[in-house]
Amino acid sequence: MTGFRTLLYKEMLRFWKVSFQTVAAPIITALLYLLVFSHVLEGRVQVYPGVPYTAFLIPGLAMMSLLQNAFANSSSSVIQSKVTGNIIFILLPPLSHAEFYWAYVVAAVVRGLMVGLGVFSVTLVTVAVPVPHPFWALAFAIMGGAILGALGLIAGIWADKFDQLATFQNFIIVPLTFLAGVFYSIHSLPPFWQAVSHLNPFFYMIDGFRFGFFDASDVPPGRSLFVVGVCFAVLSFVALQMIKRGWKLRH
Amino acid sequence: MAPAIEVRQAYKRYGDVQALDGVDLSVEPGEFFALLGPNGAGKTTLISVLAGLARADRGEVRVMGYDVRVNYREARRALGVVPQELVFDPFFTVRETLRIQSGYFGLRRNDAWIDEVIERLDLTAKANANMRSLSGGMKRRVLVAQALVHKPPVIILDEPTAGVDVELRQGLWEFVRQLNAAGHTIVLTTHYLEEAETLCGRVAMLKNGRVVALDTTRNVLAGVSGIHLKLKLDPDRLPVELAERSVPGPEGYRVLPIQSHDETPDIMIALRRDGVTVQELELLQPDLEEAFVQIMGRR
Repeated sequence: MTGFRTLLYKEMLRFWKVSFQTVAAPIITALLYLLVFSHVLEGRVQVYPGVPYTAFLIPGLAMMSLLQNAFANSSSSVIQSKVTGNIIFILLPPLSHAEFYWAYVVAAVVRGLMVGLGVFSVTLVTVAVPVPHPFWALAFAIMGGAILGALGLIAGIWADKFDQLATFQNFIIVPLTFLAGVFYSIHSLPPFWQAVSHLNPFFYMIDGFRFGFFDASDVPPGRSLFVVGVCFAVLSFVALQMIKRGWKLRH
Repeated sequence: MAPAIEVRQAYKRYGDVQALDGVDLSVEPGEFFALLGPNGAGKTTLISVLAGLARADRGEVRVMGYDVRVNYREARRALGVVPQELVFDPFFTVRETLRIQSGYFGLRRNDAWIDEVIERLDLTAKANANMRSLSGGMKRRVLVAQALVHKPPVIILDEPTAGVDVELRQGLWEFVRQLNAAGHTIVLTTHYLEEAETLCGRVAMLKNGRVVALDTTRNVLAGVSGIHLKLKLDPDRLPVELAERSVPGPEGYRVLPIQSHDETPDIMIALRRDGVTVQELELLQPDLEEAFVQIMGRR
């Protein structure tokens, strides 16, 4: 356990030492989104009856920031270590595969939660958002962070260069989060795109998370949590196999 | 007791390059062992396989009796590696780096030993400095310290003195020698052959992924022809039978290649018979560099 705790501590210390970039910057970005979109759309769009658009947007933005930062944490840490060569400090010690995996994932969840909570707190100045089901919200926040942390780990191990990682981020992670219903409810989409959205696992994370706030969702939260849980199990299995085989880590 | 390092028929291929081509090697606990060879001979690959950074395609590799794949955790706990590349984590200070490394090995409250290592490697003044701010030599010392945080019975140093100033080299060797005296097995790769010669009891020479020489340093040297007798004579002339054998030497000296030390008395007798007195006599021993060149050329 000491090995796991140390790697987790190191991963958290790593982002905390540059928290201005890793925590404060994404909060500012989310705040800008909120200001612009709420200015343009407030009063014109109503997704759920009685919920102002700005209030609808806040949980989605918080979750989007949480997911993107969870991904950024594990992926950037691994690729940096690989490129600079200091990954050997983690490969030489007797850390087990599970210790390796969970340390990166938990650190990603922690950074994601910090950013998500930060976005939520800062945006409260614009409109108060109730949280009738905090445990649903927390469950989806943790699972979403864990999934993106695992994806980040996989992408970091796979990528040989920073631009490959950027490709993964720009062409997979960002589109999937944007198109998961952060800015809209998928019910407003044509049937075809609604069906496509149901294939996007990120949709279930955001939809389930939003249920915690508005007691309303496109899909029942239990089903979303099941989909999210299956996704995490599959990604965990893949990541653990990669670590166990030393794929792109041990030559 | 199991060997500190045991390698049997290890093969490793990278693309077209056969980096290890059936390496057999065994290092006993407490040895000070040198791994020599030209660039690309397979030294670093062998170290990587021992450390679990690379995996052999075939063969058995053990550290303190633990298979590096099956019992990877025990094998890694028994091993400290100082890598050749100057790598560091720019986020942390020297002390943080060492505490973290110690924790990876499952050690908490290891500060007493960390302090000692910091002091022994002359890092005290830099203990709270960020890794980024250190000079190359200082970073090298931190790498050594990182390899020692868990007091491993086996320590591998992959060219630890490459590009390092003389002062650090001396200090480092002194420290490593003491670790060896305290029972740690030391394996060293170096380009400075005189280092291997003065420090190591045994040497292995690698070439194209194969062990081409494996013996005590003394035997490797003895197997190399090249002992010379350097003489200052009065008068400065050699008897005919010796003159034929002489090779060019420094001004005012005569140099005779000999097969073994046993020839020396006969040469003295021949000189005396000829009325020549010996004013100075020096035996020129071959060094590891010469052995290295000869062995590499032969195989």
